[in-house]
Amino acid sequence: MRVALFVTCLVDALFPDVGKATVHLLERLGHEVVVPSGQTCCGQMHVNTGYQGQALPLVRNHVDAFEQADVIVAPSGSCAGSVRHQHADVARKHGDPKLAEAAEDTAKRTFELSEFLVDVLGVTDVGAYFPHRVTYHPTCHSLRMLKVRDKPLQLLRAVEGIDLVELPGAETCCGFGGTFALKNSATSTAMLGDKTSAVLSTGADVLTAGDSSCLMHIGGGLSRLRSGVRTLHLAQVLENAR
Amino acid sequence: MTFLGMPAGGGNLTGTPFPKAARGALGDAQLRRNLAKATTTIRTKRAGVVGELPDWAELRAAGAAIKDEVLANLDEHLVRFEEALTSRGTHVHWARDADEANRIITDLVKATGTREVIKVKSMATVEIGLNEALADAGVHAVETDLAELIVQLGNDKSSHILVPAIHRNRTEIRDVFRREMPGVDPDLTDDPRALAEAARRHLRQKFMTVDVAISGANFGVAETGALVVVESEGNGRMCLTLPRTLISVVGIEKLVPSWRDLEVFLQLLPRSSTGERMNPYTSVWTGPTEGQTSHVVLVDNGRTATLADPDGRAALRCIRCSACLNSCPVYERTGGHAYGSTYPGPIGAVLSPQLTGVDRNPTLPFASSLCGVCYDVCPVAIDIPSMLVHLRSRVTESKRTTPESTAMRALSWVMSDARRWGRLIRLGKFGRLASRHVPLPGWSAARDLPLPPKQTFRDWWETR
Amino acid sequence: MSARDEVLARVRRAKGPEGPVSVPREYRAAGTRGAGDLDLFAERLRDYRARVRVVDADQVATTIAAALLERGVRRVVAAPGTPAGWSNLPDQPDRVEVVRGAVTVDTLERTDAVVTACHVAIAETGTIVLDHDAADQGPRALTLVPDYHLVVVRAEQVVAGVPDAVAALAGVRTQTWISGPSATSDIELERVEGVHGPRTLEVVIARSTRFPTTSHPVGGSDQNHGIR
Repeated sequence: MRVALFVTCLVDALFPDVGKATVHLLERLGHEVVVPSGQTCCGQMHVNTGYQGQALPLVRNHVDAFEQADVIVAPSGSCAGSVRHQHADVARKHGDPKLAEAAEDTAKRTFELSEFLVDVLGVTDVGAYFPHRVTYHPTCHSLRMLKVRDKPLQLLRAVEGIDLVELPGAETCCGFGGTFALKNSATSTAMLGDKTSAVLSTGADVLTAGDSSCLMHIGGGLSRLRSGVRTLHLAQVLENAR
Repeated sequence: MTFLGMPAGGGNLTGTPFPKAARGALGDAQLRRNLAKATTTIRTKRAGVVGELPDWAELRAAGAAIKDEVLANLDEHLVRFEEALTSRGTHVHWARDADEANRIITDLVKATGTREVIKVKSMATVEIGLNEALADAGVHAVETDLAELIVQLGNDKSSHILVPAIHRNRTEIRDVFRREMPGVDPDLTDDPRALAEAARRHLRQKFMTVDVAISGANFGVAETGALVVVESEGNGRMCLTLPRTLISVVGIEKLVPSWRDLEVFLQLLPRSSTGERMNPYTSVWTGPTEGQTSHVVLVDNGRTATLADPDGRAALRCIRCSACLNSCPVYERTGGHAYGSTYPGPIGAVLSPQLTGVDRNPTLPFASSLCGVCYDVCPVAIDIPSMLVHLRSRVTESKRTTPESTAMRALSWVMSDARRWGRLIRLGKFGRLASRHVPLPGWSAARDLPLPPKQTFRDWWETR
Repeated sequence: MSARDEVLARVRRAKGPEGPVSVPREYRAAGTRGAGDLDLFAERLRDYRARVRVVDADQVATTIAAALLERGVRRVVAAPGTPAGWSNLPDQPDRVEVVRGAVTVDTLERTDAVVTACHVAIAETGTIVLDHDAADQGPRALTLVPDYHLVVVRAEQVVAGVPDAVAALAGVRTQTWISGPSATSDIELERVEGVHGPRTLEVVIARSTRFPTTSHPVGGSDQNHGIR
């Protein structure tokens, strides 16, 4: 299958290894990966911070960039969620029904990575080998907006050598929430503190999740605690093979 | 400014900006323990009894649609409700806002000659500040719900829709009772049973002697004029039954079209709120009963302003169950006072700014990480996260240019073109040093910044 | 403009242009679930810490007498329309006063127990609903002020779910839905039974004796006259 990677702005700028891992993983599974060069950002930060008008050009750019793609995969539940649940609304609200229609079409072709692997490709064992103690944080938007349920866990359970441990209070938000972390930093920090405590209680070496944004947040907290726990995107865990 | 210039509501709906108020609350370790314990208990109970019903999703869809029907034809339902009430002898009054409602109620109370009224827990009366208005007129309002009593005796404020004293633990409650309850046993223990018993004794005399009661209503049936009060302790039954005058304060959105609709809400509400299959007592009365004089005060106070926004009006579906509060990770950590409004938590963050106009509550729509739990647990399927996002736009649009809006505009310009974006992020590698040494306000107090990569993804891809 | 006209005018200006909203009623509607399950009803009542006795219909009067005497009541009020036998206590050395007519709240305050029938009961939620216009259920204060409420539920009054009860209550003007004794969760969200309403709710479930449908006693044989 020819897969268009929507790498997301955060991965592009700050976490290129996550993008590389997604490319390597999909190629290992025998698929052709393309990266449409016109892509930038889904505009979620603008929408969620109250700047829908400024998000509109980003929606338009995104729709144009992926116009030719048959199937679009993003290593992010949050960004896939924005494409699927916000883009058409933003376009409609700003009086562009044609763009809304196109955005709806893009949305139908867009998948978060674990959804794509499990639902579209029908794979749970991606042939990965990762001999480490790992715990998994289900990010809010994959869990509640996209309803990916336990798909990431199905993938992780099939990894050879992995010691997968349950994260207490896993489904509780880590407190990132985009600009929430800045505007309500005290509350965000309190939520983060509970999340990092939960991670540390598992004794895991690696915390994994399907969103680099949440991992940046929790990872920033774990790093500040000098905890030694690494954060890796799900794609980075699945990328490893013997 | 409210939507379409509709008149705003007044009363107890605004406070200190959320981030500042939250910071204070977060420093209170006792408060955080109390909240964590209480909300964890109730979440577990709710999940259990909701899981028992195989048709929960269908009930939820019906509940949302019934409320949408009420809102879509609210004028007709209100007129029908008024007719049904009047034809059975209930006096109906209308109030544009909190002040008018307070005037009406105060006049009704004064006309009876009483100096004391007993109250059933009612969020609408807290919202309009009725107790304060009555006090100004020389009338003492006695709260009879246990949690409201705790709040009233402690000179405190409600922090939760269902359990106004949720921020207090048993020991703190015992101390309030020992200090403030006339004639209380000085050796009163902190056993919840003993505390409930103390409240029973304290209020018994009031129930038997006070002649005017003020209630809210959980539902009003437009078709029949029936009013419904859902409660647990029996204080509601006492207030509704024994006094000769009953004044019920009802928000105009509290209606359901027909009697049958209660078959949905009497399943959704108790399971979502106290996590019980059914609350101990539900009272239904249609017109004045057993020789009582009955008044209903229909209150707008910003509800029509809320109704005017097509993307915000679903907040008026709310049946005040508090499941969103009990599930919210922000509420659990900050408590209800941080929201500064009678309506805290996720529903408060969408309802309060709409009742008052976003300019008077500009921080509440941002008091959420948009994690979405509130939407999942809402028994009438209010999409609170999407509504928060919508209200954030209303806040930013109501402001002039700010540094943030300028930055967002610039970022939008950069990000709407891949070449501009590529050039910008290539500069990231120069930030490698800065990221560890230049703090980002709000972020760096508790988190390290990621080290920008030497090469962006798109540059890697091009070299491949 | 009056407040009424102004609020209605605001509503008309604010509401959307859409017409009636169709309500999907895919949930378990009234009449779709058969009769209420007595075992379940009894179990749900006990969950609320109500006392439950399941007896044959011809045993109701003696069961009530036994319950009241066990409790040691001195004065009992029965809703005026209840069968006379329900408040016919056998001769006792200590006189028990039985009141059946209209009573004042003061009298109720000095009453230990009240006996009533009910209009309908819900198995799934353990709920009993009173119709206060019915003579065998009495005015609202009757079942509110005394500390002990004994209610007789006939088996055929027990319906499966809330929609069945709502259907059975159409047109009933004044109702009280009772699910267990008075309770509060206001302290640390922990349930405590017994605040302002009756602190003890005793339910006598009367099995129909005309159509014996079960070969074994409902709720287990040991529950015939026992209190759980």
